[in-house]
Amino acid sequence: MAANGAPTTITQGSRTRGGVGESTLRPDGTLKVTGEFAYSSDMWHEDMLWGQILRSTVAHAEIVSIDTGEALATPGVYAVMTYDDLPTDVRTYGLEIQDTPVLAHGRVRHHGEPVAIVAADHPETARRAAAKIKVEYRELPVITDEASATAPDAVLVHENRDDHHIGHVPHPNIVHRQPILRGDADAAAARADVIVKGEYYFGMQDQAFLGPESGLAVPAEDGGVDLYIATQWLHSDLRQIAPVLGLPEDKVRMTLSGVGGAFGGREDLSMQIHACLLAIRTGKPVKIVYNRFESFFGHVHRHPARLSYEHGATRDGKLTHLRCRIVLDGGAYASASPAVVGNASSLAVGPYVVEDVDIEALALYSNNPPCGAMRGFGAVQACFAYEAQMDKVAKELGMDPVEFRRINAMEQGTLMPTGQPVDSPAPVAELLRRVKAMPMPPERQWESSEGADVRQLPGGLSNTTHGEGVVRGVGYAVGIKNVGFSEGFDDYSTAKVRMEVVGGVPVATVHTAMAEVGQGGVTVHAQIARTELGVTQVTINPADTRVGSAGSTSASRQTYVTGGAVKNACELVREKVLEIGRRKFGSYHPAWATAELLLEGGKVVTDGGEVLTDLADVLEDEAVEVEEEWRHRPTEAFDLRTGQGNGHVQYSFAAHRAVVEVDTELGLVKVVELACAQDVGKALNPLSVVGQIQGGTTQGLGIAIMEEIVVDPKTAKVRNPSFTDYLLPTILDTPTIPVDVLELADDHAPYGLRGIGEAPTLSSTPAVLAAIRNATGLTLDRTPVRPEHLTGTA
Amino acid sequence: MRVNFTVNGRPQEADDVWEGESLLYVLRERMGLPGSKNACEQGECGSCTVRLDGVPVCSCLVAAGQAEGREVVTVEGLAEFAEDRAKDRAKDRAEGCATGACGSRGSGGSGAGASLDEARRRQAKGTDSQTGEGIELAPIQQAFIDAGAVQCGFCTPGLLVAADEMLERTPNPTDADIREALSGNLCRCTGYEKIMDAVRLAAARQSEEV
Repeated sequence: MAANGAPTTITQGSRTRGGVGESTLRPDGTLKVTGEFAYSSDMWHEDMLWGQILRSTVAHAEIVSIDTGEALATPGVYAVMTYDDLPTDVRTYGLEIQDTPVLAHGRVRHHGEPVAIVAADHPETARRAAAKIKVEYRELPVITDEASATAPDAVLVHENRDDHHIGHVPHPNIVHRQPILRGDADAAAARADVIVKGEYYFGMQDQAFLGPESGLAVPAEDGGVDLYIATQWLHSDLRQIAPVLGLPEDKVRMTLSGVGGAFGGREDLSMQIHACLLAIRTGKPVKIVYNRFESFFGHVHRHPARLSYEHGATRDGKLTHLRCRIVLDGGAYASASPAVVGNASSLAVGPYVVEDVDIEALALYSNNPPCGAMRGFGAVQACFAYEAQMDKVAKELGMDPVEFRRINAMEQGTLMPTGQPVDSPAPVAELLRRVKAMPMPPERQWESSEGADVRQLPGGLSNTTHGEGVVRGVGYAVGIKNVGFSEGFDDYSTAKVRMEVVGGVPVATVHTAMAEVGQGGVTVHAQIARTELGVTQVTINPADTRVGSAGSTSASRQTYVTGGAVKNACELVREKVLEIGRRKFGSYHPAWATAELLLEGGKVVTDGGEVLTDLADVLEDEAVEVEEEWRHRPTEAFDLRTGQGNGHVQYSFAAHRAVVEVDTELGLVKVVELACAQDVGKALNPLSVVGQIQGGTTQGLGIAIMEEIVVDPKTAKVRNPSFTDYLLPTILDTPTIPVDVLELADDHAPYGLRGIGEAPTLSSTPAVLAAIRNATGLTLDRTPVRPEHLTGTA
Repeated sequence: MRVNFTVNGRPQEADDVWEGESLLYVLRERMGLPGSKNACEQGECGSCTVRLDGVPVCSCLVAAGQAEGREVVTVEGLAEFAEDRAKDRAKDRAEGCATGACGSRGSGGSGAGASLDEARRRQAKGTDSQTGEGIELAPIQQAFIDAGAVQCGFCTPGLLVAADEMLERTPNPTDADIREALSGNLCRCTGYEKIMDAVRLAAARQSEEV
């Protein structure tokens, strides 16, 4: 029973060759511009019900009682479920630590935690019925920061922890702690001519993908369930869903529906289990769609962080040492916190040579909203702090901030503080040089013959200034991000590639479980197949769990890892095709045995360009199919005491120059231009690469000047869960973003490519902050910067 | 209640509409037109933008009953709507322009630069993207594909309706005009640069046709 609106197979043909390195267009582009592309919230099924989740109204409380009577008696309601209705003993889930209750059991640990679920025949009926469930809470004191988490009498957010981090953390309210020790920071500090300290705060950012959490669960006759869902990793979801339902994994059949953005916010489960539970309970298809308010509670956020940094430097501009401590607030459940700690600590030094370091990063358990994956993943918070420090040290030394960075820039061969050598290009100084060399935007660009164009001034259409009190500033930053899952994780992907002749034309079909969330993986897979198999027609099958895991669409890894898997599977298919060719035609031409053979333009050709035969004649009615896992080179765990280890797969670098104009009287900021230079190794699709860089840059701009989830420090309740109160950059807030793409191949990676999605989100924020500091002369040690921080009225 | 209105040129009727339902809900859930997206339900993001008697509105903020007897255009009908408009304009031109909309080629569309030329070269056809027959697209839809303005695509329907309306009013917009007209439509993926390229491209192609 196929659901209406389920994804259809996409076939891309092209008159051009359309292989790797070309800006081919998205295979789903037409569906997306005509409104026909089926997102998870567009799923529809005959006779379907709507699910609704009741969430806690307080952050930390015992649940004294739950009364579902009135909700159940509401006409149109088919089911109400609480913890007691869960079908098996597996009642929690989690990416790494299974500490998150499917439905609250006796206690809620954060504002907006799921307590009960309802299914009804109209979404409004479901909402109203959920509101009729009476939950009596006995409130508990809230843990909101490091002091309250580690106080002697602190309530434990999770009692009886038995996860693999509990043995090495200094307090049970600390999820994970990772020190990185190398050299002798004390001795190095003694050599320093200047020592610069800073305390920084990074606010809680929301992924704010536009397509809300949603999906459709359809009960099947075999007792299983078919789930159409927007996620970043189908198989990770499956591993967490199936045990809660008490079903074997092959009875939970998942298909990726259209995903309206992700940015890390779909790594954790949201409504998946709830929809399946209600579908199995009622025997009817159940659709759940969060509204925006619920979405703010329905996924984890970027960790807010407090960062204490101390750098030393000699008069000639060489960094001597780094001491730093990064405290991330993980909120009520672990989510991806341990891995975020690993990133924040191992990348805390930034893209610089510092041989003597004493680094510590940790994540707290608290009663704040759970935090986990978001684009940049721990490296973002660190970059904000170390780049502020670089400007401070340069100023202390009387040096130009870009020149100071150049002197200390890492390069290929540099050892990371983890002891890992950087064994592919690390063009940090070159990226800074390039971004600095870009032409500057004209001064007073808002002036015209007809007076000031307020749309280009701080305050915009609010018409708050015509240039009075407006000063310009310029700032630079550069960052380093790891690519792929780190610390020894078995980070593989799977691809199934089939080649056959359809209507006389050779066609390749690519099937993976990769979550296309907008990044353009489907475009790239077709390009890879064309390049490797010499076909023009490529069919990309919908992603589902009938093929092996592709791993997560996160950590800038999919083009590298699933792209690598597709390339590998294509190569295996090609070998099989050539074997068939040798068998059939080998005796007719010696080149079959002696030459290097390629598939190009639907033909088998020698590397010298001689055509041997048509692919159609080789294959005839035979199909060649390969499904194969593919792995990048392995990584190692970081030593728990010293942080030493070859923990990362690959590094990625970007640099930004921000030009801002600040209305110093009102504290309003207009970002005039945000230029970026990034090394991408090899741009498989230059158009998509630039799109990723510009999108990532803009998310960095958002956290610099407007985006922050505000949590009440007294109640741990979220105060701005809406797009009216949580501000995202509009097209008027966003400047031109010129991009300079550098392509220095990484010989370890497929086609020499480098994962690109996250690096531009790192340096964008500190560049904007540096520009605002440059304009105003203020210190500004927190982000986002709000007007009150610029006018001294905070 | 029963609501009657015209959607994409065809009369539609919805029964059993609850008074609290929005135009967006009725389009998506009762008329099988899920192209208009629900991303904030409070008029902040523009993903649900449709034309209501020609005026772009957030359909999440319009009660279904308010649409009674009126004409709605959604992204699903945008190509046909644009084609009809083009035919009308061609007819106007043949009869001698009286609207002032034509002949105003001006020097707008500043900042188009290299990326616009690149996007022109990439020009896609509807048939490139799918199995089966070609699909007629509105110029703004074509430009969004060609310029790389679509990533996740969730904001795209609303942006297309808003951008098409802006180009109808302002055939040769400056960059500041485009930014102002689209400032009610949030996009989280692209950083808006490729959206700017797409609108400039559609404007340039439109001027070439005049």
